[in-house]
Amino acid sequence: MSDSSVPGNILAEAEEEPQQPGGTRRMVLNMGPQHPSTHGVLRLLIELDGEIVAKCEPDIGFLHTGIEKECEVKTYQQAVTLTDRVDYLAPLSNNLCYCLAVEKLLQLEIPPQAQWMRVMLTELTRLNSHLVWLGTHAIDIGAMSVFLYCFREREEILKIFEMFSGQRMMTSYFRIGGLALEPPRGWQKRVTSFIDIFPSRIDEYENLLTNNQIWIGRTRGVGFIPLEDMLDLGVTGPMLRAAGLAMDARKDAPYTSYEKFDFEVPTRTENDVYARYQVRIEEMRQSTRIIRQALEGMPAGPWKADAPHVVLPDREKMKTQMEALIYHFKIVTEGFRVPEGEVYQVIESPRGELGYYVVSDGTTRPYRVHMRTPSFGNLQAVPKMVEGILIADVIASIGSVDFVLGDSDR
Amino acid sequence: MDAFIVISLIKIAVVAFVLLTAVAYLQWVERKVIAHIQLRMGPYRVGPHGLLQPLADVIKLITKEDMMPSYVNKPLYLFAPFIAVCMALLSIAVIPFGPTITVFGYQTNMQLTDLNIGVLYILAASSMGVYGIALAGWASNNKYALLGGLRSSAQMISYELPMALAIASPLLVSNTLSLKELVGTQSGNILHWNILHGPFPQIIAFLIFLIAGFAETNRVPFDLPEAENELVAGFHTEYSSMKFASFFMAEYLNMVTVSSMATLLFLGGWEAPWPAAYGSNLIPSAIFLVAGLTALYHAANPARKMDKYTLPVFGIVFLGIAGLFLLPLVQSWLLPLFWFCAKTGVILFFFMWVRATLPRFRYDQLMGFAWKFLFPVAMLNLLVTSFLVAWFS
Repeated sequence: MSDSSVPGNILAEAEEEPQQPGGTRRMVLNMGPQHPSTHGVLRLLIELDGEIVAKCEPDIGFLHTGIEKECEVKTYQQAVTLTDRVDYLAPLSNNLCYCLAVEKLLQLEIPPQAQWMRVMLTELTRLNSHLVWLGTHAIDIGAMSVFLYCFREREEILKIFEMFSGQRMMTSYFRIGGLALEPPRGWQKRVTSFIDIFPSRIDEYENLLTNNQIWIGRTRGVGFIPLEDMLDLGVTGPMLRAAGLAMDARKDAPYTSYEKFDFEVPTRTENDVYARYQVRIEEMRQSTRIIRQALEGMPAGPWKADAPHVVLPDREKMKTQMEALIYHFKIVTEGFRVPEGEVYQVIESPRGELGYYVVSDGTTRPYRVHMRTPSFGNLQAVPKMVEGILIADVIASIGSVDFVLGDSDR
Repeated sequence: MDAFIVISLIKIAVVAFVLLTAVAYLQWVERKVIAHIQLRMGPYRVGPHGLLQPLADVIKLITKEDMMPSYVNKPLYLFAPFIAVCMALLSIAVIPFGPTITVFGYQTNMQLTDLNIGVLYILAASSMGVYGIALAGWASNNKYALLGGLRSSAQMISYELPMALAIASPLLVSNTLSLKELVGTQSGNILHWNILHGPFPQIIAFLIFLIAGFAETNRVPFDLPEAENELVAGFHTEYSSMKFASFFMAEYLNMVTVSSMATLLFLGGWEAPWPAAYGSNLIPSAIFLVAGLTALYHAANPARKMDKYTLPVFGIVFLGIAGLFLLPLVQSWLLPLFWFCAKTGVILFFFMWVRATLPRFRYDQLMGFAWKFLFPVAMLNLLVTSFLVAWFS
């Protein structure tokens, strides 16, 4: 980007443009922040030459929450609830990444049941996020019903989350040292009934879209961006995999015992909106596979780490043992101390590579929490992707990025 | 002469009233149909099964504050919705809903006026409708509206060609421009309908007409002018209150016109699929009987609390209508009306079904489709038809 890095310059430039008699003038269209299909509060300044995009500038920051800064005044455990709100379509992925980072600093050993539970729930989160993406993407291109079919399944996932944590969206179910609550009775039945039916539901979406000539016409060959540019701009996740690069943190740097699960990383090489659609659909099928494996092979045992200075003691123990009561008092009033140091933890969120950089100065509150969020990197590809294409394709291209503004503004 | 004027005025009042109510309820039906396709309930709160919803909508739209942005081109801005709805209403004037009937000793057509160039008149009126949309987009002085208006005029003008060609072929077969005579040539049984009638069945023309009809009425998958996801609301972005409602009404009126045209041109108008001698006059009674019995059955086993009270009413009304169709006194004009409404209704349902299913075309694809595919096919169809008609006559 040149000196016009300040959003709004594009407007001034177009006005200043000398108008020759009989010459054409470009029109600047301000798309958003309140536009039905910018998925939140993204603002796009688009310079139009007829219906063709000559220039595009995304302008973010309308959903700035200050979560990174806010983490610094919370204790380590309290900050978990903030991470939910970063990417509100994949709250559990953010929980997980933050917990893993702090647990690395604390050098905590997480029991297998908690690990497998984390895998299962983050994969459900991936399904949840992809379903919202598919629904909104389809409705952007005009297929209304897919949206409601997707939300029917998402509702089931949210009910599962509610069963586990009492919350539908901002679950905060993963805590440093394990899980927030004991897995509820009868969860197996609920999850089984969901994943039994889910593959057939994916087929249903595919019936409506995959071979639909209008859908193919709207998505194939649209939104291309060279792989090198993607890497330069920091694009990750399904977008990168649709360009043929099988980069997936679950395979490349396994965490939470992902190495014990059998799944494939789907890739395509066309690198267009249609390829991204195919990759995400296939990812949903793979996630279902992982969930089934986690469900069937769920190990027994504790769901919290054996670390009394970090994990709250059982209610029973607290009332009978002096030591447990002291730990409970200390953890609740001031939190736990984390050894000095810094750590960077990467996981594969539904949107791409999610990284948490946590610095500890030895106190009970983080010195700095920085999030490397996939939406931010992926959004940077939008101008490159849309320049020179039709304005109708801008919508399809933006949809294929699958960003969450909270995720890029934090 | 006096009788003619009185009857005409009565007919105009009846047609306008029924049509505008039908348009309001068409919207209710559409919301219900799409809701059920999408696993929702649709309107349910206002009145039983949301039946009073259209009324509530109308009251809301009328009483809503009428906003006018300060930068619009005022005369054109006010004129545009007027044109849109007027042109949509004008087309209805020549559409016949049934044959000539006798009421209180007076003979009259079930049609406002039997124009001998009815088809041309409808084409002209619907062409004028483009002005409403183009002017709305232009006068709003809004970028989204302008893009929407431009797209719409280009789209509607492009699709008028294949549509006119598709209309021309059944006209060749029937050899008339009057809509009433057009139906007369298709009487008998289903094989005489233009869609199946020799020398060349007009099924291709029918499909082209429907596709072009979707484009003419700006419906999915051709709803680019109001592609809400890219152009906010397209040409009517800056319109509110009744001015917005006028565009809405115009769209639904156009849907009704296109569906009736398809019925008249291709599906034999108000003619039954087979002669009454073989029992086609019992079909409406049978349909309403089944509907009434179903409603009564569900009233006996209510799934929801209110069903106990609402469904018996529906059931009795349906049974009453079933009985009405058996009365010889009214049969002569009720039956044609039933067949006309049934055929039009099926096409309207198809409009809604498509809306719930298909994504939207892109602007250039849409124009390409019109000029590179529909137009040549329609042309070819017309050529083949005219050769065959000349050969066999």
